[in-house]
Amino acid sequence: MTMDVTLSPPVSWAETYAGPCREHYRRVLLEMAREDERIICVDSDMGGFEDSFEPHLPQQYVNVGIAEANMMGIGAGLAHAGRIPFVNTISSFAAARSCEQVKIDIAGNNLPVRIVVTHGGLSAGHYGPTHHAVEDVAIIRTLPNMTVIVPADAVETELAVRATAGVTGPVFLRLGRAETPLIHQGPIDFAIGRAMPLRPGDDVTIVACGAYPVHLALQAHERLARAGIGARVLNMHTVRPIDVEALARAAEETKGIVTIEDHLRSGGMGGAVCEVICEHRPRPVRRLGVGDGFLDVVGDELELLEAAGVSADRLVTSASELCR
Amino acid sequence: MDFDAQDVTKRAFAVRQRILEMGAAATGTHVGGSLSAADVLTVLYTSVLRVRPDEPDWPDRDYFVLSKGHASAALYAVLAERGFIDPEECASYGSYGSRLAGHPLRRLPGVEFPTGSLGHGLSLGVGVALAMRRAGRPNRVFVLLGDGELQEGSVWEAVMAGPHLGLDNLTAIVDRNGWQISGTTEECMSLEPLAEKWRAFGWDTSEVDGHNLAVLHQIFSTVPHTPGRPTAVIARTTKGRGVPLFENRKKSHYVTLTPALHQRALAGLRNRSQK
Repeated sequence: MTMDVTLSPPVSWAETYAGPCREHYRRVLLEMAREDERIICVDSDMGGFEDSFEPHLPQQYVNVGIAEANMMGIGAGLAHAGRIPFVNTISSFAAARSCEQVKIDIAGNNLPVRIVVTHGGLSAGHYGPTHHAVEDVAIIRTLPNMTVIVPADAVETELAVRATAGVTGPVFLRLGRAETPLIHQGPIDFAIGRAMPLRPGDDVTIVACGAYPVHLALQAHERLARAGIGARVLNMHTVRPIDVEALARAAEETKGIVTIEDHLRSGGMGGAVCEVICEHRPRPVRRLGVGDGFLDVVGDELELLEAAGVSADRLVTSASELCR
Repeated sequence: MDFDAQDVTKRAFAVRQRILEMGAAATGTHVGGSLSAADVLTVLYTSVLRVRPDEPDWPDRDYFVLSKGHASAALYAVLAERGFIDPEECASYGSYGSRLAGHPLRRLPGVEFPTGSLGHGLSLGVGVALAMRRAGRPNRVFVLLGDGELQEGSVWEAVMAGPHLGLDNLTAIVDRNGWQISGTTEECMSLEPLAEKWRAFGWDTSEVDGHNLAVLHQIFSTVPHTPGRPTAVIARTTKGRGVPLFENRKKSHYVTLTPALHQRALAGLRNRSQK
């Protein structure tokens, strides 16, 4: 199931990994497709692939138009016939609009379709709630055979895309929209299904996934350290299969767990963590995420996260409470 | 409603100015598809729709659904023109705390449904039109769709339902500007012969110049054209219409106007309107 992937350090790390994660995905996809003619890029009018991909490998590209449900079925058919389709859309249109095609045609048949989505969480910002996807992970992680990956930056995006080569079933890879902070300043170990320890700590554990949540977790770690609290930070980039061992160890070795994600508080990574902790090593868990209800506020991604209570302040408060 | 060609022309110009203003916001906006829809929306809101800006939920109102929700800037501009919102509010587009999102929010007066996920609007329109028909009410329903949007399969489920249910109080308008984000519709997933498709599904279908204000007024204000059948109007439009810089250009789909580009666009708009 898992596959270790590493990168050799490029000349200038920061420069190489500047820009939105989705641009890096597109670059890596083209590289992989050049080496594996089974790979086919299935577009639903995302904009950009007609320049970044189609002219280079026209025989490995198809645009099905603005028709996501149709695209999922086509992806399943292609995979059934031996291809490795990377189907591309906005997260809400994959998880919500096309849910049944994903469930029955792709997940149910355990086909190696790579569903790569952008605009995950609140990253669509001012586009508004029709384009937000704060329930996508909850929906997709319940579907059979699914691997669900939420990379935290461009480096992880590259490694995650490459690592899909080792997955025999379907993959849901959730990216954002705009450029986000670079978390990793050098080579890292990345394996699907293995939590990435980012900071050590023995008082409390912060489990995060996605760009800003991981960034906020690192900020909270620094602030807690100044207050004498050692906060372990785990980057849970793979929500399914979730790393049970790392979570059980965190529950054993620290006083409690705070999760943070750009997703609803219910059903997402935090929900998955609770399922594991309840069964393996009961400990208090606090979940930070988006509250119930259609978020009717205009703002950019960070402003919306802050408004939803996904912030370093809230992390520090929750983690401190668990240490009392 | 009365139609004063000179007045509506002036208002369409003001609407385009406001669209460019929103394109100059930090977030940018869907400029091309807003400009292509500007004349249809201006005619609807100034001389067709029976609505009350001071009473947005007036029970006898005509309903409008912007299925191509990404043309929100054009909608905000006409809502300002008609008095639903203060024109000054357009300056808040996309910023924190604003009511003007990239895709319309329900809480904005005059917006019936939040739209922006394509392929939803015509079904919503069928539902409202059916409710009005069953209640014996006179309200009319107008839905504006994008042409690329017609690639969503759900649209055709609604296209099938409209005539089946005999909804002659329903009008679907297609902003046929010929473009979607990756290229022309005919390159991406061809739609033609489009009018024949709507006719085959049972709609009273017309193809008109989507920038001829008088023609648009004539066709919208006389629906239904065939009793018992819904009306489809395929408005042949130009993406980016009115601003030479953006006309028929793929890149005009989404633009963030710098101050310099904003000035150039406004100058182009003024030049064009004087011709």
